[in-house]
Amino acid sequence: MAPETLTFYAFGAIAVAASLLVIAQRNPIYSVLLLIASFGALSGLYVLLDAPFVAVIQIIVYAGAIMVLFLFVVMLLNAPHEDTDYDERVHPLLRPGPMRLGALLALVLAAELWWALTRSGDSGRFPAGAVASVRAIGQSLFTEYAFPFEVTSILILVAMVGAVLLARREGHG
Amino acid sequence: MTLLLFAQIILTLFVFVMLLNSAAVMVYVERKVAAYLQQRLGPYRVGWQGVLQPLADIVKLMFKEELRPKAADAFLFALAPIIAATCAFAAFSVVPFGAETTLGGWLPEGLRLQVADVNVAILVVFAIASMSVYGIVLAGWSSNSKYSLLGGLRSSAQMISYELSYGLALASVLLLGQSMSLTEVVNQQQGTWLGFIPRWFVFLQPIGFLVYMTAGIAETNRAPFDFPEAEQELVAGYHTEYSSMSFAMFFLAEYINMVTVSAVATDLFLGGWHGPLLPESFGWLGFLLKVAALLFFYVWMRWTLPRYRYDQLMAFGWKVLLPLSVVNLLATAAGVLYFGA
Repeated sequence: MAPETLTFYAFGAIAVAASLLVIAQRNPIYSVLLLIASFGALSGLYVLLDAPFVAVIQIIVYAGAIMVLFLFVVMLLNAPHEDTDYDERVHPLLRPGPMRLGALLALVLAAELWWALTRSGDSGRFPAGAVASVRAIGQSLFTEYAFPFEVTSILILVAMVGAVLLARREGHG
Repeated sequence: MTLLLFAQIILTLFVFVMLLNSAAVMVYVERKVAAYLQQRLGPYRVGWQGVLQPLADIVKLMFKEELRPKAADAFLFALAPIIAATCAFAAFSVVPFGAETTLGGWLPEGLRLQVADVNVAILVVFAIASMSVYGIVLAGWSSNSKYSLLGGLRSSAQMISYELSYGLALASVLLLGQSMSLTEVVNQQQGTWLGFIPRWFVFLQPIGFLVYMTAGIAETNRAPFDFPEAEQELVAGYHTEYSSMSFAMFFLAEYINMVTVSAVATDLFLGGWHGPLLPESFGWLGFLLKVAALLFFYVWMRWTLPRYRYDQLMAFGWKVLLPLSVVNLLATAAGVLYFGA
């Protein structure tokens, strides 16, 4: 096998295994760490796709910034173990309300994945070099995708203002 | 080709060993400079003028007992110093420190004085710096001690706050250099203005340089921003419970991070290996001198300024440094647009 194929499978295996382990952990700190490992493996896959910029941004934004906040919150809440107030032997689909919904969503996700993976065609393919250079990404972001880009930034701004509003509520009655 | 590959491997090992050495040298320099600033002599018993003191320290640390609190999370407690040290070494791998050389015609092709030439090197440095916070946070949490936990939490809050200004200062240099490769940014700074002022970006970006250095001190948790380990409040912060070599790894990481921040500052703002007086083939020497000057500045700051209060640090980061770097970025963008790069 070519070394590139080998590294692809290695990164892929790490990503899948780490993601599975995220939901198999009782201790939320380990879940956060495994999610970081999964993001790291994804970033390796981006490097293999000749998109070093996307790979580094993946690390900076997801592994570096967002996951630090996750870890911060988990540590502040200091919840060492997940509480289970239901019988573990009961099948997820037979458990009370929200659990059943979660199981249903998981089923939908699995079906979607199956549909996406078995579909043929190359509609999602990028032209070569489209994501390789920072210049190309910037160009298309601010010309072709300017509107979605600005809408996203307004969405984030609204979320931020909302968070500030919620946090300040107590003091002002 | 094989000769070049061999030279590359030697270079990589060389950088690794030199980083280790730099930490030992910095420990000695720190103690000596601190002593002279406080009108003391500092270490002077072990070897001539105490130069073997770091060696004695290393031997002492190696023979100390490795302690672990009973209620600590064993795996994460062991992992945290490893993360800290690994990130410190990894960040230097993309930093170029000299022009291409054939070692006096000994090599068939030019060898870049850099472990890995990545075309988004500046972002890689930033990404690894943002990962190194995990070492500290996990050390704080896994120790299961209140001082460690508070130290770890403070550190993560501090690093997140200062990373923004750090990133914006980097972005304004990117605009000037028109590239994310550190080698290219350095090569943009070749030559002089009016025949005597070197074309260093520090003259175009004085505010960017100040913001970078300030945020760099906060990122490496050095005084006057060393809250994660404020002795009076937190004993030794996140590494209170660490001893022996795992403590040494945190120590090592701190000094190597200082070297990396100084080296990146030299590449981005001080012309890297391009400079007055020295010829291109001795550029690495100029680079070393500039890094040494910045490191001295670090030590000097630490022993001159008292520590801020924690809320002052947060207020300074968010209300002074961040707006300043945003305005600087906007002004730089306008300047680049108006005058051309």
